[in-house]
Amino acid sequence: MTRPMCYGFLLLALVAAPWMGLYPVLGTKILCYALFACAFHLLLGYTGLASLGHAAFLGVGGYVAGYGIKAWALSPELALLAGLSVGALMGLVMGYVSIRRSGIYFTMITLALAQLVYFLCVQIPQTGGEDGLQGIDRGMLFGFIDLHNDRVMYYTTLTIGVAAFLFIARVVRSPFGQALTAIKDNEPRAVSLGYHPDRYKLLVFTLSAALTGLAGALKAIGLGFVTLSDVHWMTSGHALLMTLVGGLGTLSGPVVGAVVLVTLENKIGELGALLAGVTGIGWFATLGESVMMIMGIVFVICVLAFRRGIMGELDALRRRVRTPNPAPESQS
Amino acid sequence: MDIFGVPVQALMAQLMIGLVNGCFYAVLSLGLAVIFGMLHVINFTHGAMFMLGALLSWAGLYYFELNYWVMLFLAPLVVGVFGIVLERLFLKRIYKLDYLYGLLLTLGLTLIIEGAVRSVYGVSGKPYGPAPISGVTDLGFLMIPNYRLWVIVASLLVCAATWYTIERTRLGAYLRAATENPKLVEAFGINVPVLVSLTFGFGVALAAFAGVLAAPIMQVSALTGQTMIVIVFAVVVIGGMGSIAGTVVTGIGLGLVEALTKVYYPEASSMVMFLVMVLVLLVRPNGLFGGVE
Repeated sequence: MTRPMCYGFLLLALVAAPWMGLYPVLGTKILCYALFACAFHLLLGYTGLASLGHAAFLGVGGYVAGYGIKAWALSPELALLAGLSVGALMGLVMGYVSIRRSGIYFTMITLALAQLVYFLCVQIPQTGGEDGLQGIDRGMLFGFIDLHNDRVMYYTTLTIGVAAFLFIARVVRSPFGQALTAIKDNEPRAVSLGYHPDRYKLLVFTLSAALTGLAGALKAIGLGFVTLSDVHWMTSGHALLMTLVGGLGTLSGPVVGAVVLVTLENKIGELGALLAGVTGIGWFATLGESVMMIMGIVFVICVLAFRRGIMGELDALRRRVRTPNPAPESQS
Repeated sequence: MDIFGVPVQALMAQLMIGLVNGCFYAVLSLGLAVIFGMLHVINFTHGAMFMLGALLSWAGLYYFELNYWVMLFLAPLVVGVFGIVLERLFLKRIYKLDYLYGLLLTLGLTLIIEGAVRSVYGVSGKPYGPAPISGVTDLGFLMIPNYRLWVIVASLLVCAATWYTIERTRLGAYLRAATENPKLVEAFGINVPVLVSLTFGFGVALAAFAGVLAAPIMQVSALTGQTMIVIVFAVVVIGGMGSIAGTVVTGIGLGLVEALTKVYYPEASSMVMFLVMVLVLLVRPNGLFGGVE
């Protein structure tokens, strides 16, 4: 199966999903997280910068869109634009501070900055504090597309998501994206070739943050609420885990990871009840309450035994099928 | 007498609380830095280990009637052994990989530990009961509870002992050498993997020690570690992880800055250390005491 065919099937599955029994609101949520994970992966997978601060962009993007709709009766397209712009602006500022250090320090700095944003969101009244923003009206997109219909909302999200995905794919394959990969692989050499790594890093950080802000706004409109947990750093951890499960360094990995993890989280209560029924072990019935622990276990398993992720493993499998005697380096 | 409209007594009392918090930050970031120096892994579980230390001291008292002083010794020991087990089981498999995987692995372990504690004890704090040392001391300008005085003294002693061990003893020399060049040290017949395990165990034991100290004055809950670890990250970004004294000074300094903010502008007290971090990064990107990475 060729690569375009794979994408074709994936798209077809996403288009058909609401007619095959997927609840459209859950579908919208999955797509928003997929967009979030893709934006996050643009930074991690192609530039090698692991940010634990992306929840700030997702949450504030959502808050701005939600507050705009509630307080100023913004139309959905303007609310989305607001989420995108605020994400970009925050990305520019946070990026400027955090790219001053590399490696593990970069990660710690983004985490600390996100915590700053989190506490800010706890304090200011516009976010609704512990209650968050609720009952955000979806409205009419461009004045004539009625988003109140769950399926219309789903397909709107899908359209935006696909457009963003194509944009990311274009960025990665552009000369700009090639320069990013060069910086990731060997920064001193990129410098010696005349590139300014900091400019590239800042730009890609801003792009990634803008798309994350868009995902946050989309999520606020689609689900109708924004809460503090969207800005909490655990949400950044989520994006990291989705990327890891789907496959680090693969374009479609984050999408697959988001589909798997959001579905798992939603169904874990049912799954636990099922396991408890089959095995007779009562502990399984409480599985729904220990999402945090399950996430941790998935993290550990992925890091120890499953580093290529789902798409990475599939790629490796396909390569093995094609070449009966694999070259030594592909075995590692 | 007032200083900028705040009575001296109140200001001093807040600064004293800041000093105590600063001691916790210092001991925690010291452990984090020691582990990072040896393993090149940022130990995300550090906050959770702090929480475990506090929880153990509470559990020891509640279930087994072991008093504070026993647990002050026992809890770090238990957590240290637990850390060594984690290191042997999981961490040792990822040393050769990118730094990212060390972070991910310890993040995953943190979620498991905190999730487990949460499913048993919930998220509310466990009140420890009265502090094991009662009474107050009058320092002339300030009345200070004896327990807080003990926390400060104990933390500073532990930091000094750590400094002495690493900088002035034979074991410390092995450690420093193994940080620089593990292969060569191994060639001299020193068992580096054991040294690595012990370092990790010692680092998390430090966190647990701080946890036991904190138990009687902080309501420690399953999620305390999450708040703590982000603050400790800010401390090591500001101070750099190169020098022990630098880490300790930064930790205590940040505790004091936090306390001052609580007096003059309480709304910003939870944010101020991150703002300090931003400022330091803009002026001195490598941190206050950091050389070249």
